[in-house]
Amino acid sequence: MIEARNVSKWYGRFQVLRDCSVSIARGEVIVVCGPSGSGKSTLIKCMNGLEPFQQGEIAVDGISVGDKRTNLPRLRSRIGMVFQSFELYPHMTALDNICLAPEKVLKRSRAEAEAKAMGLLDRVGLADHARKHPAQLSGGQQQRVAIARALAMDPIAMLFDEPTSALDPEMINEVLDVMVALAREGMTMVVVTHEMGFARKVARRVVFMDEGQIVEDAPTEQFFTNPGSDRAQLFLSKILHH
Amino acid sequence: MFTHYDWNAITANLAFLWDGMVLSLGLAALAIAGGMVGGMLMALLRLSSFKPFAIFAYLYVNLFRAVPLILVIFWFYFLVPVALGRPVGPFYSALIAFVLFETAYYCEIIRAGIQGIPRGQMAAALATGLSRWQAMRHIILPQALRNMTPVLVTQCVVLFQDTSLVYVVTLRDFMTSASIVASRDFKLVELYTFAALVYLVICLAGSSLARYLQHRTAMR
Ligand SMILES: Nc1ncnc2c1ncn2[C@@H]1O[C@H](COP(=O)(O)OP(=O)(O)OP(=O)(O)O)[C@@H](O)[C@H]1O
Ligand SMILES: [Mg+2]
Repeated sequence: MIEARNVSKWYGRFQVLRDCSVSIARGEVIVVCGPSGSGKSTLIKCMNGLEPFQQGEIAVDGISVGDKRTNLPRLRSRIGMVFQSFELYPHMTALDNICLAPEKVLKRSRAEAEAKAMGLLDRVGLADHARKHPAQLSGGQQQRVAIARALAMDPIAMLFDEPTSALDPEMINEVLDVMVALAREGMTMVVVTHEMGFARKVARRVVFMDEGQIVEDAPTEQFFTNPGSDRAQLFLSKILHH
Repeated sequence: MFTHYDWNAITANLAFLWDGMVLSLGLAALAIAGGMVGGMLMALLRLSSFKPFAIFAYLYVNLFRAVPLILVIFWFYFLVPVALGRPVGPFYSALIAFVLFETAYYCEIIRAGIQGIPRGQMAAALATGLSRWQAMRHIILPQALRNMTPVLVTQCVVLFQDTSLVYVVTLRDFMTSASIVASRDFKLVELYTFAALVYLVICLAGSSLARYLQHRTAMR
């Protein structure tokens, strides 16, 4: 489904990604972790072309992301993305946040988009909040709306960039529950997170990054019980201790 | 205290003053409309990733901000007829001068407004499949315009005050009308006080309009 081969990226002279290769099969869930600044966000933003890369290749469902002839908006409309800081549109209600892209990009009618949006809001437990603006919702609620917004496009895969790290601890689970349910329904997911409980529950593999490199790509259990590299071990000991 | 002043000079010349006001308001309204549209387009050019557009807009803005408005008005008074090959009259040459001049100022206001919106908003919009232009129109501009409403309205009030400069091309705006009556009838204090009050009222009206607009579009 998502195939990255030898991807390298530079910001000026600074190399953010070094020869990254990773492959995610249809219906597979992988977790990406690693220290701050290791390039996790950059890597998943390359997967939907939000960030350009200079070397290597990424294909999503057989379509090359780096190819100049690729219709990027069209490709992105098939990949959902959820951000650390939610990025809901503050001037629109939750409902309008969800309906915008289906109406403008997929040319669905308002009624059709709204019916779908209400179904999704119900699914993330927010049917009563459809007419509220983001500022009237808690962080956890905003993130669930953001997930519904991504799902409204019927994506073939979902990218999550630290979806719970801006949340108060008591709200983390309400978001993770939605993601776990999604994973169990067979959604293809790439999740940047340090929530190791989530990884253990649904991830088939864990990808560990450091300094722009994919240092480790291992089945989940193996990653936790017997990480292959010292750097991964050090990282694990740090995050599992609190 | 004002009893020995003759305030009748104002009422007696109200029609004459109103004529001037109509010109000021008309010119300001057209210049604001033109300047905002121009400023919006210029801001988009300025922020374009296509370098020649951005450079053009940068030069344009800095050229017009470097020269005083009165000079631009004068300059277009002589230049526009030459450029078009026929006379257009002082009103239209002044209008063109205002629109082009104000475009530069609105451009900077709008550019700052757009850049004030967190980058994540554009990323989120693009990630759902919207084109860059759709994201601009539905996500970035509505938020940016709301944030910059106070500054935009201030600029409009300043523009209205600046219409008094058109006397240099023989147009008679409100301020010019007041000053004509003042010197003809020797009623300087009365007319200039009146004019000041009128400008004050318009300015206050402008700022309450700004507050109203911001309140009405407030995100909750
Ligand atoms: N626009 C940019 N220009 C220059 N450098 C950048 C830019 N964006 C990110 N970087 C750098 O690239 C590196 C990787 O950034 P990235 O955001 O991908 O890291 P991350 O693994 O997601 O970290 P975090 O856990 O803090 O989110 C960092 O060193 C960052 O400073
Ligand atoms: Mg990150």
